Amino acid sequence: MTTMIRVSGLQKSFTLHNQGGASFEVLNGAQLEVQQGECVVLHGQSGAGKSTFLKALYANYSVDGGEILLRDGDEMLDLTQALPRRIINLRQHCLGYVSQFLRVIPRISTLDVVMQPLLDLGVDKAICEAKAKDLLSKLNVPERLWHLAPSTFSGGEQQRVNIARGFIVDYPILLLDEPTASLDATNRKVVVELINNAKARGAAIVGIFHDEDVREAVADRLVDIRAI
Amino acid sequence: MNNRVMSDASIMNTSAWQDLAPLLSVRDVNKYYAPGKGCGPVNFDLYPGEVMGIVGESGSGKSTLLSCLSARQTPDSGQIIYNSEQFGEMDLYAGDESERRVLMRSEWGIVHQHARDGLRMNVSAGANIGERLMAVGQRHYGDIRAKAEEWLEAVEIDANRIDDRPSQFSGGMQQRLQIARNLVTHPRLIFMDEPTGGLDVSVQARLLDLLRNLVSQLGLSVIIVTHDLAVARLLAHRLMVMRRGEVVESGLTDQVLDDPQHPYTQLLVSSILQN
Repeated sequence: MTTMIRVSGLQKSFTLHNQGGASFEVLNGAQLEVQQGECVVLHGQSGAGKSTFLKALYANYSVDGGEILLRDGDEMLDLTQALPRRIINLRQHCLGYVSQFLRVIPRISTLDVVMQPLLDLGVDKAICEAKAKDLLSKLNVPERLWHLAPSTFSGGEQQRVNIARGFIVDYPILLLDEPTASLDATNRKVVVELINNAKARGAAIVGIFHDEDVREAVADRLVDIRAI
Repeated sequence: MNNRVMSDASIMNTSAWQDLAPLLSVRDVNKYYAPGKGCGPVNFDLYPGEVMGIVGESGSGKSTLLSCLSARQTPDSGQIIYNSEQFGEMDLYAGDESERRVLMRSEWGIVHQHARDGLRMNVSAGANIGERLMAVGQRHYGDIRAKAEEWLEAVEIDANRIDDRPSQFSGGMQQRLQIARNLVTHPRLIFMDEPTGGLDVSVQARLLDLLRNLVSQLGLSVIIVTHDLAVARLLAHRLMVMRRGEVVESGLTDQVLDDPQHPYTQLLVSSILQN
C-alpha cells in the first residue's frame, strides 16, 4: 500500500482582529493517513472543523503548526513549508478540490471552464473536449448549455459544471467538500460513480458528505474530526 | 508508485518548476519620499511564469514599488537583480542606464493605468505597435505592418482600425492597444499598474479574460498592481499586501484572500461587497 496523505499534529486557530480580536481554536493536533485507492469521509457537527481541515489539505488555509505531507510521485511534499509556485504545480497535476460552488469566470463557456485544468497540463485539445463532453453528459448538463458561460445557470447546473471541472483531471489526490449538497438523487448517483471510479484508478480521497446514501456508497472509513 | 494513478498527471514534467532561477530578485528595497510615503523594505523572488499581485489601498506604496522594480525610480537603498536574456544577471541600478533602456523596450513591458501614458496618441494604432518593433531593430515595413495587424486581432481590435489614432478609440480599446504594443516584442516580464482601473465592468471582464489567456499562453511573468481583489484573484498566483509602504502579508493568492492573517488584510477582504 502507498501512503498518499499523512497529516500530523495539525494546529489551526482563527483570530478576527477587526472583531475585538476574537480567537477560535479549530484544530488541535489533528492527524490522518490516507492510502492509495482509499476514501476517507470526515464527519462531525457543523462547525467542528471538517471544512477547515479539508481546506488546509489544499493549502487554501494556512496552519499554525504540524505537517501535511502529500505524495507527488516519489516525494512526500510538506504543504505547510512549500512555496506558492510549488503548491500551484502540485494542484495542477496532483491535487484536486471540488466544492459545491463554481467560481464563475466571466465570458468563458461551460465547455472551456470544464476542460481548462486538463488543457493546462498540455493535453491535446480534442482529448480534453471529448472528456469534458462525456462528463457533462454524464452529469446531465443539457448540451444546449455547453457553449454558454455558466454565470446565468441555475445553482444546481453550476454545481454540476464544477463537478465536471473537478473530475476532468485524474488527480492522484482528491478533496471533496460536499460536492453533492443539494443535488437530486439521479445526479448524486452519478457523483458516487465518479468517486468510485476515481478510487478504482487509485486516487486517495478525503471528503465531506452530508447525504447518508453517498457516504455509505463511497466511504472506506468514517473519521470523526473531533477525534483526530 | 502504481501506474494507475499516473495517467493524465504523468505528462507534466513534475520537476520543471524547481530547475529555474528567479527572473527578478528584490532585496531590501526602500524608497521613501517622507515618513510613511513610499515603500520598503521589500524582499521577494519572482520566477519565470509567475504572476504576482501587489494589493493595498491608495497611498500604500504599490505604484512607487512598481516604479522601482521597473527601473523608473531609483530606490534609496537595496538591490534589484534581473536575470536578463541579453545581459545575463544584472544589478538594475548599479549598471549602465542604456542597458535599462534596452530592457524596457525589449524584454520588459509596462502597462500603465492610463493608456495615454503608455501610447503615443497622435500616431496611428499600427505605428504604436510598430514603434516597439523598430526599437528592437526591425526595419521591413511589410513585416512590421503584418505583425501589427496580427497583434491588433490578438487583442480583439479589428485590423482595419490599424490606421486610426488611439484618440479615436474607446478607453477599453486604448488599453488593449497598449497591451498589444507591449507584447509585440515578446517580453518576458510585464509590469502592470491598475490595468483595469477606470474601465466599466463589461470592458473589464473582457480585458481580464484576454490578459489571463495571454499570460498563460505566452508563459509571461507579471507583476500587477491593483486595489481590486477580484482582479488579483483572477490573475495572480501569489499576492503581496502593502500598507503604509510596508509588506504586511504575502503568499498564495487564495490563501491570502480566504485565510487572511494580518488585521489589515482581514479588513480589506471583509470590505468586499458580496453579491
